[in-house]
Amino acid sequence: MKHETIETNAGWLIVLVMIVISIGGLVEIIPLYFINNTVETVKVDGKDTIRPYTPLELRGRDIYMREGCYLCHSQMIRPFRDEDMRYGHYSLAAESQYDHPFQWGSKRTGPDLARVGGKYSNAWHFQHLMNPRSVVPESIMPNFPWLKEPLAYADIKERMRALKAVGVPYSETQAEYDANVKRFGKDVADKLNILKADDNLIAQATQGNYDGKPDDVSEADALIAYLQVLGTMVDFSKFEEGYFAEFR
Amino acid sequence: MSKDKTQKSVQTTGHSWDGDLQEYNNPLPRWWLWAFYATIVFAVVYWFLYPTLPIGRDYTKGIGNEITYTTADGKTVTTHWNTRALFLKEQEEARKRQAVYLEKLAKASYEDIAKDPELSAFVFSRAKVLFADNCAACHQRGGNGVLGEYPNLLDDSWLWGGTFADIQQTITNGRHGNMPAWKGQLSDQQIGDVVEYVLSLSGEPVDADRAARGKTVFMNNCAVCHGQDARGQKFLGSANLTDKIWTIAKVPQANSLDGKRNAVRQVVENGKRRTMPAWKGRLSDTEIKILTYYVHELGGGQ
Repeated sequence: MKHETIETNAGWLIVLVMIVISIGGLVEIIPLYFINNTVETVKVDGKDTIRPYTPLELRGRDIYMREGCYLCHSQMIRPFRDEDMRYGHYSLAAESQYDHPFQWGSKRTGPDLARVGGKYSNAWHFQHLMNPRSVVPESIMPNFPWLKEPLAYADIKERMRALKAVGVPYSETQAEYDANVKRFGKDVADKLNILKADDNLIAQATQGNYDGKPDDVSEADALIAYLQVLGTMVDFSKFEEGYFAEFR
Repeated sequence: MSKDKTQKSVQTTGHSWDGDLQEYNNPLPRWWLWAFYATIVFAVVYWFLYPTLPIGRDYTKGIGNEITYTTADGKTVTTHWNTRALFLKEQEEARKRQAVYLEKLAKASYEDIAKDPELSAFVFSRAKVLFADNCAACHQRGGNGVLGEYPNLLDDSWLWGGTFADIQQTITNGRHGNMPAWKGQLSDQQIGDVVEYVLSLSGEPVDADRAARGKTVFMNNCAVCHGQDARGQKFLGSANLTDKIWTIAKVPQANSLDGKRNAVRQVVENGKRRTMPAWKGRLSDTEIKILTYYVHELGGGQ
């Protein structure tokens, strides 16, 4: 093809420019799928401690995305001293391995949430979601009063199947369940069972009592369940300080 | 460009738009060209020095560019250059810079800190940052708390004890406060009576007869946690009801006696569960020590 043909034909120009530019990205991204160290091995006593979200946490994550939390909150602690002091241990690739799409974010209007799990009580989270300024006077976060509404979870099985289709190990068959028992242990494997998703979701919401009302399943239950699990799946005291540096 | 001296000698690219629009085919400026070659050389050198090229399931780790760092527990590790190792190296250097204080602090008792002005100044400046990052969300930046929800740390009233050991325990392992709901357990009449009794303990001008009846209700139901003398028990975190300091009932916000009755009734009827998270694991032992000292100093600790 002659140079002039490309330069005088907008369609060709767009297509070929896109191909040329994408090469820069692809040579950086594609090898990561093949390199063993991309996702760190995080095993304690032979079991994976990082697990996919439970049905309730998964719905909470959906609400997190629906409300656009990622626009103001990142979930990515970089290996810098100031971030370590404020937020905790730097994030691992392994900690986002079941996130589709990941919630790393790129803007911190509010604080990073990668390790917010366990930092505040459920009651605090609920009050803070309803009216952030009642606990943090200088906050500019909006109120989310509608999170008191009941949670829609009729389609929870489909949501889990969709994630399963892109590689998240939720189980449907006995063989998949057995594989999960081996990989995560029985307690976790039970929560990843698609066939029991509704029961698991209701049980976690009522037992966890995230919104202060034990009998109902609200959107706040789901969102707080999700927030409370963020960054809590790796017990860093179980690993040598330099262990995760060997993966880079 | 019209006065460009190259106009005569330089060729055009040969394209012609709209009949007369042409484009010079000038050579690239020398400085630009050399800068471009320099970036290529830089990239090649970079490939050898830093982790870059993927090979199968592994990648090149970089040559002659190792990082040696010492971990917090004293192990020396040498590894190929990467940002995580670099971070650990920075952590090590920061530890060294602060070691003069931190080593002293690790060994010092709380009394020692109080006696050493330099050390307590260090503790206070660290504590303010730690408190703002971790505690202020509930207890508020000044430590005054939120009435009904999060305890005030400025007064000298302590639910779980105000000694250094108690405060350290509270921060390390967290606390679960649970005042049960009495609605349904006690009759409306009984709740009304016990409210009168509780307010009488704070010297409110209540109905003496009802308060006397309320005392019986209190002894049979409330004293288990709050104690016979209603002074609370710190191993349960139950409140002292005799000190006129209210941690859950919004009595201070009420203007009338009936308002105060209502405030106490709310708590008796509905109960209150409160959780102080555990900070072990999230904060280091030294950081907990720093915060313990700070909180103790805030509230006239015991």
